Amino acid sequence: MAEPVLRLEALRKSFGGLTVTDDVTLEVLPGELHAVIGPNGAGKTTLINQVSGLLTPDAGRIRFAGRDITRLTPDARAMLGLARSFQITSILPGFSVRENVALAVQARAGSSFRFLGRAADEPVLNEPALAALAEVGLAARAEAPAGTLSHGEKRALELAIALAMEPKLLLLDEPMAGAGREETERLVAVLRRLKGRFPMVLVEHDMTAVFALADRISVLIYGRVLASGAPEAVRNDPQVVAAYLGEEME
Amino acid sequence: MAGRAAGRLLPLLIFAAFAATPLVAAATGDSFIVSLGIRVMIFAIAALALDLLVGYGALVSFGHAAFIGLGAYAVGILSAHGIADALVALPVALAVSGLFALATGIVCLRTKGVYFIMITLAFGQMAFFTASSLAPYGGDDGLTIRARSLVAGFPLFADDRAFFYVVLGFLLATYLACRAVVASRFGRVFRGSRENAVRMATLGFNVYRFQLAAYVIAGVIGGLSGFLLANATEFVSPAYMSWQRSGELLIMIIFGGLGSLDGAIIGTAAFLLLEQWLSGFTEHWKVIFGPLLVLVAVFARGGIVGLAGRLKELIRG
Repeated sequence: MAEPVLRLEALRKSFGGLTVTDDVTLEVLPGELHAVIGPNGAGKTTLINQVSGLLTPDAGRIRFAGRDITRLTPDARAMLGLARSFQITSILPGFSVRENVALAVQARAGSSFRFLGRAADEPVLNEPALAALAEVGLAARAEAPAGTLSHGEKRALELAIALAMEPKLLLLDEPMAGAGREETERLVAVLRRLKGRFPMVLVEHDMTAVFALADRISVLIYGRVLASGAPEAVRNDPQVVAAYLGEEME
Repeated sequence: MAGRAAGRLLPLLIFAAFAATPLVAAATGDSFIVSLGIRVMIFAIAALALDLLVGYGALVSFGHAAFIGLGAYAVGILSAHGIADALVALPVALAVSGLFALATGIVCLRTKGVYFIMITLAFGQMAFFTASSLAPYGGDDGLTIRARSLVAGFPLFADDRAFFYVVLGFLLATYLACRAVVASRFGRVFRGSRENAVRMATLGFNVYRFQLAAYVIAGVIGGLSGFLLANATEFVSPAYMSWQRSGELLIMIIFGGLGSLDGAIIGTAAFLLLEQWLSGFTEHWKVIFGPLLVLVAVFARGGIVGLAGRLKELIRG
């Protein structure tokens, strides 16, 4: 079996008396789209936050691209190729759409300790940014201030930012959250196109999207991995049906 | 776009007005406006640096006057020891204020929001009390400088009008440097960290390092302002770094419009000229000045520059 890109080993995190991540062991293989599903409060976002470095686990290890990143800062992880999107849109509202993405390119395009030259005019930053925007269907809005985008457009922008980071692994925290049906369909189409280019961890509530995209699904309940496997196996797992999917699939 | 053209017109007007000041003084025989102009430009340099931090980085520093004081004391102390050449005093002034910014910035930037305000204030007060206790250099009373700095042995600063244009040159250089920094790769990361620091970190930027660099840049520019102030007044005193002075600098940039370099200069000029004008009427000029500030804060978001922009839109319909 191929070496996993990401491996969480016995990860544990508590807030006070509440254990939000309870002994989670999980792997993401090269090229795989690994979906993490579960009811609200199952600890999905907490898990993503630990992988991206915004939270430090109480115990356990995170291995990424062959090294232990458990104690690395978010920016160091990002530089190793770990990109993420946020459930609650996290963009720079005062910057143009293009500049939001160009900053992601800039992080990878040599030192940013350059004090001269207009960054907004640099083709090496703008061209990859516009390419990423075209990929998510936002090219026409490149010069709009990011704060003025519709909710669905902001979701697409989140994705474009992550793409422009040329990630080795993409963490998607509910990329469809709050998006309408049409927008969701468009985002699913974009993700399907991206599938295979780099491995992804997809946290999502929209089961149609999850079963359409995932190679593997892990079900998280009360911080524990209840089941993990191929979509069909998970769908038919009686435990999963009883605890979560039963109500969700109706 | 109109904004782009206005972005060039406004600074042209500002600097033309400064450049014309000594000519007006010569024509009217009123030499006082030359020294007032020098004062405005020197504080405008400090205000530009503070606006870099506050307006573009949301780092509300309440200790910015300390850098002015350090730059000024570098001139005063060196001069007390017989070193009166700007070629020595200026690099020393910049280095001292830059090092102070680095040392305090390392600590201050670990905090956020109100705590950042308080800790910068605390360091500012430390500098103030240190200066007050420098008995060999005048302590509370301050220190008179025998003469303005020489430049490679020449008394270039001695003539007020010549010194005016030297200061104008420094102001222009500072303004252009700040503009370049704001638009640069560095500036974009720094501005981005104001909008969303978490996002910047997950993109791969170590926000702290960018903020620290900006803090040092602002400190060095503050030191430049202090170097010029000591030369303008031929006097240094702890009052240069009092917390009231730090507060005034904040008022200047809010007055002009946060996050606008043109605004920082205009705000400084407006503040100092109003202070001058109102104090001519009454010694209780702050009674008028205070409510005026409140009005600006409440009704003119974006300061004078923001107000001018909105008026222009109104006229255009």
